Amino acid sequence: MDQSEQHELGFLDPILAEHAAGGRSGLVPVLLRAQSQTGYLTPPMVEAIGRALRVPLSEIHGVIEFYTMLYNQPAGRQVVRVCTSPICDQAGGHAALRAACRHFGTEPGEVTPDGEWMVEESPCLGLCDHAPAALVGETPVGGIDPPSPARWIREPEPIGLGLVGGMARPLSGRCGIIDPADLAGFEAHGGFGGLRRALESLTPAQVIAEIKTAGLSGRGGAAFPTGTKWEMTAGAPGDTRYVVCNADESEPGTFKDRILLEGDPFFVLEGMAIAGYAIGARKGFIYIRGEYPRAQRIVAQAIKVAVENGRLGEGILGMDFAFDIEIRSGAGAYICGEETALFEAIEGKRGFPRLKPPYPTTHGLFGKPTTINNVETLCAAAWIVTFGAEAYRSVGTPDSPGSKLFCLSGDVNRPGVYEVPYGTPLGDLLAMAGGVNGELQAVLLGGAAGAFAGPDHLDLPMSFEGLRAANLPLGSGVVMAINQKRDMRRTLLSLAHFFAHESCGKCYPCQLGTQRQLEVLERVVSGQGRADDLQILQDVGFTMTNASLCGLGMTAGTAVLSAIERWPELLQNGR
Amino acid sequence: MADEVELTIDGQTIRVEAGITILAAAEQAGIKIPVICYFGHTTANGLCRMCVVETKGARGLQPACVTAVKQGAEIQTHSPDVVRARRTILEMLAATVDLSEAPEIQSMLEEYGAKPERFAGGERRQPPMLDDNPVYIRDYAKCVLCWRCVQVCADDAQYAYAINFSGRGFKSSIATFFDKPMPETTCVFCGQCVGVCPTGALKAKREFLIEQGVSLVDVFYETRMRGAGKRSTGGPRLDKGG
Ligand SMILES: Cc1cc2nc3c(=O)[nH]c(=O)nc-3n(C[C@H](O)[C@H](O)[C@H](O)COP(=O)(O)O)c2cc1C
Ligand code: SF4
Ligand code: SF4
Ligand code: FES
Ligand code: FES
Repeated sequence: MDQSEQHELGFLDPILAEHAAGGRSGLVPVLLRAQSQTGYLTPPMVEAIGRALRVPLSEIHGVIEFYTMLYNQPAGRQVVRVCTSPICDQAGGHAALRAACRHFGTEPGEVTPDGEWMVEESPCLGLCDHAPAALVGETPVGGIDPPSPARWIREPEPIGLGLVGGMARPLSGRCGIIDPADLAGFEAHGGFGGLRRALESLTPAQVIAEIKTAGLSGRGGAAFPTGTKWEMTAGAPGDTRYVVCNADESEPGTFKDRILLEGDPFFVLEGMAIAGYAIGARKGFIYIRGEYPRAQRIVAQAIKVAVENGRLGEGILGMDFAFDIEIRSGAGAYICGEETALFEAIEGKRGFPRLKPPYPTTHGLFGKPTTINNVETLCAAAWIVTFGAEAYRSVGTPDSPGSKLFCLSGDVNRPGVYEVPYGTPLGDLLAMAGGVNGELQAVLLGGAAGAFAGPDHLDLPMSFEGLRAANLPLGSGVVMAINQKRDMRRTLLSLAHFFAHESCGKCYPCQLGTQRQLEVLERVVSGQGRADDLQILQDVGFTMTNASLCGLGMTAGTAVLSAIERWPELLQNGR
Repeated sequence: MADEVELTIDGQTIRVEAGITILAAAEQAGIKIPVICYFGHTTANGLCRMCVVETKGARGLQPACVTAVKQGAEIQTHSPDVVRARRTILEMLAATVDLSEAPEIQSMLEEYGAKPERFAGGERRQPPMLDDNPVYIRDYAKCVLCWRCVQVCADDAQYAYAINFSGRGFKSSIATFFDKPMPETTCVFCGQCVGVCPTGALKAKREFLIEQGVSLVDVFYETRMRGAGKRSTGGPRLDKGG
């Protein structure tokens, strides 16, 4: 490297100095920060980073290539990410993408000559309640008028928190009511009561017992019993344990965690600290997707305030308990919501899911016993420790106690997050969201990884047992309404496109199957279907579901298989 | 004597050492389970899923090469579901990659009655061949992404870390830092990657040239002389500080 290059790389020094001690785990944070100064990563920059963090250069290349928000080719200093996932697509996402490109005279992914702008197609941005939505630099915009990019790109109006509705709202009650940066306001509304109760009057084992009695199960999709997870982590051998909050929220149609993170960030921190106390951890990580820059800023501010006021750090609430929380940003990869892929990402690697067993409770982050929970799960845990298991069980059903945040989107009149007791009928939820706009054709439950309910399912109780009986998933709480005017094949195509884009490529069934599924749907939608397409989709779906390595591949064919079952003629050749 | 477990594979009850894989147990019972990515000398990652089997009562199919035997398990290695998954994987693979120099996979295609033409017209991975060093060529149109080369280059053997990945999903490939030619990487030309490649994607330059009909004398000049002194010292090497 010559002198002038060395000089130009001087801006890296403070960034590297801050992260060098952490070694490889600092890789993605350093790459993101370095890139924010230059727009993209060059070989000399990466060489300097590799030397400082002691990471082989080929592996850094692999990491940059894995995450869509990291660039090793010239990229605009400002990136406009237009969502084309199904909900936004229905609302004009592709039209907005084309208009934005026309505005700059570029193609998607092409940089304007002045190096300032680049328009990109993006998978779901978690702004589905504001469809069609986009992220302009770090500003989330929604309800955009597709054909007028001059307005929403040049003078982006940030969206608000969004609509939060429902019945009694134990988990989301403070969202939109308190100032997310105001600790006093949070505490005036009962905040940190759970952590105080835990530290002052409960042993870690009693906290776990309370969570188990409450019957809390995970809200991230897999519905694993939270108390059992905490107990297993607490009992795993070793001195170092971690709490990880999964705020990657990238399942298309899911935006409830954004509401909690932006509307009530201290609540999430409280849940993490309680988990830390229960399992014997003194460090937690919160992994927030890269497409949520605003949530990241709000949570960072809340952590700062909490530390300054003795709610995090040493001697929390004057008691003998210490707990620190570090934010990690995602960088564009749905797969990093899968718990073991998320650990790999924090460790500075490509987000490849690990083989299980071993499980995170014994071999999690940095190989240590780890409890990983969804944002909403941790808030529910904090609520339970504050008010007790009995109060929690007083709503919901015996097998699905408590209340749940559902994300209503698509063809409903008032899209938003609605918190209702488990067991509330699907039809009531739709009514709460202002009813269906038009005549209902289908409801996608569970997100891209989900399946379709129909107009005959309005009485369906939205509980684990109710949905299981109907062979439908609850997943992360996605309720996406689709009216009669929509072409379902196009919805399926959009979902297939999502999975082909997001497959990590580790195992063959998903690496190959997501691409083949997309190709078959492309030809069916364009009227070029072949006689054996249905059989092919079923074979590919079967193989992905049963032979894939992780949950992404295992669910990548679910929506298509569900549609084939529900509407056997939908994908028939020649329709 | 180590602990033992008893299990049934294809109706045959056997006792094996606890903790071994289903693949190893089946082998002891004289039952052959097909594998693509598995290789005794590199870390098993469970990538190809050709080795899947059906275990009574379990959800989905289990990759035999990375799944430990369990007491009392009842395993079928060639059930209709297993065959369906294997055949589909083979068809999709053959519709993506040039398997002309992978005879083992070809015989699997035959054995399972795979019809890759079902996927005709789909995208194939066919990047141009890379001939950038005197020791081996890289023809990634033949690469099945078994990861063996990456692993032997890294922690499984050589600790050279010259190769890793580009892209993800279907668009994944094996790549160097910023796609630089091999002589500009940390490659030490040990040739181990060539030795473990199952498909001819990595091939010794000499073998390649001889196949092309190049005379032995010319092969000598191409592989021994042309490359002499070309090993870059200015390349990105961690230990040398760039
Ligand atoms: C492809 C994939 C993506 C996932 N994305 C998320 C996510 O964004 N947020 C989340 O909480 N869980 C996600 N999960 C589930 C996690 O792996 C894990 O089960 C969850 O974080 C556990 O927390 P919980 O028990 O509180 O639900 C995902 C799983 C898969 C397979
Ligand atoms: S199922 Fe898909 S996302 Fe999961 S490991 Fe396999 S290729 Fe990667
Ligand atoms: S080049 Fe060969 S060894 Fe390397 S991943 Fe491809 S097929 Fe496997
Ligand atoms: S933000 Fe567009 S579908 Fe979710
Ligand atoms: S041989 Fe078992 S997954 Fe490849």
